[in-house]
Amino acid sequence: MLAIVDYGVGNLFSLSSSLKYSGIASVITSDASVIEKSDRIILPGVGAFKDAINKLRQSGLDKVILKEAEKGKPIMGICLGMQLLFEKSYEYGEHTGLGLLNGEVIPMKGKMPSQLKIPHIGWNKLETKRENEILKYLHSGDYVYFVHSFFVEGENENAVAVTDYGLSVTAAVAKNNIYGCQFHPEKSGEVGLSILKAFNEISI
Amino acid sequence: MITKRIIPCLDVKNGRVVKGTNFQGLQDVSSPVELGKYYSSCGADELVFYDITASAEGRKLFTDILKEVASCIFIPLTVGGGINTLEDFDRVLKCGADKVSVNSGAIKNPQLVKEASEKYGAQCVVLSVDIKRVDGEFKVFAKGGRENTGLEAIEWIKKCVALGAGEVVVNSIDTDGVKQGFDIQMLKAVRNAVNVPVIASGGAGNAQDFIELFTQIPDIDAGLAASIFHFGEVEIPKLKKLLNKNNIQVRL
Repeated sequence: MLAIVDYGVGNLFSLSSSLKYSGIASVITSDASVIEKSDRIILPGVGAFKDAINKLRQSGLDKVILKEAEKGKPIMGICLGMQLLFEKSYEYGEHTGLGLLNGEVIPMKGKMPSQLKIPHIGWNKLETKRENEILKYLHSGDYVYFVHSFFVEGENENAVAVTDYGLSVTAAVAKNNIYGCQFHPEKSGEVGLSILKAFNEISI
Repeated sequence: MITKRIIPCLDVKNGRVVKGTNFQGLQDVSSPVELGKYYSSCGADELVFYDITASAEGRKLFTDILKEVASCIFIPLTVGGGINTLEDFDRVLKCGADKVSVNSGAIKNPQLVKEASEKYGAQCVVLSVDIKRVDGEFKVFAKGGRENTGLEAIEWIKKCVALGAGEVVVNSIDTDGVKQGFDIQMLKAVRNAVNVPVIASGGAGNAQDFIELFTQIPDIDAGLAASIFHFGEVEIPKLKKLLNKNNIQVRL
């Protein structure tokens, strides 16, 4: 059973539906014992970094996730959920993240060419940087759906796929049992569903 | 870089998809769930569901259908129609909508745009505007295009973007249903006035009209249409291949 961590941010309907559609059994939960018993974990998230990390800490779920990560359980962060895996974010201030991945989340504003609109919203092309099992069904040049205003630079050591939005943006990350997508696999059509499928097939 | 989007719009009344010409003479087309699945699998970049029901009963039916659509469509979903309060935003977002489109609700209460943007983020708030030329001026119309609000369209759009609208759908009543092409002049005026994504609606009759749109206004973000897609006059996979051939970047 795959556990979708529910810590009170965002709408989990689409994510849960897309897993169901792909034949993947999942449960939306904030219960530590359910997360501990699961065989893999998805950390979703929309909204602000500070609010999200505070909610994770207040509920004690941060410690649960860190413990499961240490055990080697596959964990995937989506969108803000991916950003939370990093050490630090500069989204309206400076906030520490879960620290499972080295690197920082920084604002697009001021970094991207000024004619580009922020947030980065829409279908953009994936470029594979490194082979990884989470990308096994993908073809370089596949399109996925992004919605975000803060990002991890494409040069990050954990980036396995990037996209071009004036400069290189980290699109997918992987390090041992820790995975993440900046884009929304649950909104990226067949390509997105294939990433969820690949995550579900990672051997434990 | 971000691709140009092709967006089919589904007007839903009493649980069925309808589309009129110049907003009148509605004709039943098909099931929202079946059409939604079809579009999702054939390369549509986003879907718009518009609730044109007036009754509370119809609204409940729409919400149920929306949930059903959202559980089997895995591309972005925008929902509009009857959005007047933050509770309305909440209702459709919980059913799986990604963005919410406001039209008459914003005209009645512009603060709704601000409040929704603060609560859900600007990317979630789409301003939809029905515009018609009156004595050579662009005027905002309400109630499905029946009532002249007297508001000057460009000023109105600028105001709503300043309040927090993250995207604008421009529907030209003058070209809607006429199938003679998008309203390039009107769209250019809006495109030049704001720096958020602008979606063109009203007037597409064939694939050439989309090429014309993206060529004449290179920084327009998306083209939206209804009946020409529903009746198969323009097939999305063929349209996107044609756009690609014309050096317009699309998701294939």
